[in-house]
Amino acid sequence: MDIIANYGSMLILIAAAVGFFMAYGIGANDVANAMGTSVGSKALTIKQAIIIAMIFEFAGAYLAGGEVTSTIRKGIIDAAPFADIPELMVLGMISALFAAGSWLLLASLLGWPVSTTHSIIGAIIGFALVAVGSEAIQWGKVAGIVGSWVVTPAISGFIAYLIFMSAQKLIFDTDSPLQNAKRYVPIYMGLAGFVMSLVTIKKGLKHIGINLGAVEGYALAIGIAVVVGIIGKIAINRLKMDPKADKQMQFNNVEKVFAILMVLTACCMAFAHGSNDVANAIGPLAAVVNIVEHNGEIAKKAALAWWILPLGGIGIVVGLAVLGKKVIKTIGEGITHLTPSRGFAAELAAASTVVIASGTGLPISTTQTLVGAVLGVGMARGIAALNMGVIRNIVVSWVITLPVGAALAIVIFYILRTAFGV
Amino acid sequence: MPSNAFLGVFAKSPIKPIEEHIKIVHKASSTLVPFFNHVFKSEWTEAETLRLEIRNLEREADVLKREVRLHLPRGLFMPVERTDLLELITQQDKIANKAKDIAGRVVGREMVIPQPIQNDFIAYLERCVDATKQASKAINEFDELLETGFRGREVTLVESMLEKLDSIEQDTDEMQIKIRQELRAIEGELNPVDVMFLYKIIEWVGELADIAERVGSRLELMLAR
Repeated sequence: MDIIANYGSMLILIAAAVGFFMAYGIGANDVANAMGTSVGSKALTIKQAIIIAMIFEFAGAYLAGGEVTSTIRKGIIDAAPFADIPELMVLGMISALFAAGSWLLLASLLGWPVSTTHSIIGAIIGFALVAVGSEAIQWGKVAGIVGSWVVTPAISGFIAYLIFMSAQKLIFDTDSPLQNAKRYVPIYMGLAGFVMSLVTIKKGLKHIGINLGAVEGYALAIGIAVVVGIIGKIAINRLKMDPKADKQMQFNNVEKVFAILMVLTACCMAFAHGSNDVANAIGPLAAVVNIVEHNGEIAKKAALAWWILPLGGIGIVVGLAVLGKKVIKTIGEGITHLTPSRGFAAELAAASTVVIASGTGLPISTTQTLVGAVLGVGMARGIAALNMGVIRNIVVSWVITLPVGAALAIVIFYILRTAFGV
Repeated sequence: MPSNAFLGVFAKSPIKPIEEHIKIVHKASSTLVPFFNHVFKSEWTEAETLRLEIRNLEREADVLKREVRLHLPRGLFMPVERTDLLELITQQDKIANKAKDIAGRVVGREMVIPQPIQNDFIAYLERCVDATKQASKAINEFDELLETGFRGREVTLVESMLEKLDSIEQDTDEMQIKIRQELRAIEGELNPVDVMFLYKIIEWVGELADIAERVGSRLELMLAR
């Protein structure tokens, strides 16, 4: 109790610093997942990808990141057992941040695929188990979250399959693919804009104090969708088509049209990623701030402090600006045969799934969702070759991350407890 | 582990190398036409030059074949079976091998093609080269097949190409029968050993079309998944 009174501001500062550090890591690490397919299929240059990522990751984090942040702040651990020992909750959350952040750093240095979401949740569960015991953990909620980790790749895969098949039916498998592409791609763009806006409007904005009624919300979403569609149509009309590019099927030109669509889905992916992953950095921070500002009282229904979401957003942006360029640069020859029409299907499916999860407050792994989506397109016989071995490694590392995150958090927690003499 | 694990999920596509390979083996077989034109006129130096060209093309094809095989490990998830792709490139490669064998045998024995059958022979050869050309056309639709997810219009288009390939191969069968009959009519006046080798060359040229048709069949099998 006294720790909070005495060291309150310092604790917040530490938590903010570590949270920022974690957001930095998230930005650097994950940006390649969000933007990689766009750069690899030549829809964007590296510079454009970084700029888009900076804008939309921040937008996603700020406008739509509130719900998941709430879950991590108060949805995993039950506050009741901590009522008498709130300082342990504070120290615990800080340890969790440290643990997840260092694991992330180590993994990036070694090139291992690590889910930032799994790390932080493992870490939180870890310290809670040690601090209080298993009654502190809302196992029902946790089971739901872990369940979503299994379900969301399947869902995004299914959606990707459907989107790809629809593109085949409407555009590729027709007499005049190019004309149909020009006609339908703006509709896909409008759809993407609609899904992103709707989820953000309904679920995200209230965390930054903007409240819209149901009808206004839908109207705004539809409005944005239409604007996006129109912009798309204009961009497509400005494309220079090479009339002799292909003999019969004009597919190269069709892919050019899809490249424009891919720019949009890259924005959506960055937005979705920001919305879901920012919570991994600032959720614990929000918990710390909450407790300290209420002088040790763990209030269940407290709003997010105004500066928390922006801090996370900026951390992500700085991380991807500083380190992300290097990561994306190495993509180069990695994706030789990924065309925009495949990339778009996978990214749109993944982005929609992630943003809907963010709307429902579920912290999921964006990488997992993307892999699921890519597999969905592969199932539709749309991609030349996928490395199942790499996918297996990704899955294995995800499973390992939970216990490792927990273990690291426990260690750091004990260290902090000794340091603060609790 | 590549620098970014997610992007390591995408493996190198075998389709472009396979398309390159069929173009090269077709070039090897089509070089036989100017080759035989020199042979008719007993221009052996020029023929030897072309034989070396065919041999070099065959070596290029081998390099590509090896590259494809190296980049097709087990554990790749592809829209077509891995074994189908490996079988396909093996078959394709046989076209270049056969062209090389034909040129080598003819130059080695400085074989003379009897004047009476020369016109029919060159027509027969050209028809067989048509078969390899048609096979090359069909295989080069692989990219487009992938674009359309191996279904729909593109599949119908490729299937009509393969039907044409079949009919070209049937043409070459008939032409082979005719040439053999013509040779039989004049074989009494020729050196018996030379005649046997002539029959062999006629057979081998026919095999160019047969292998091309087999390549087409492999592609058809892949579409049928």
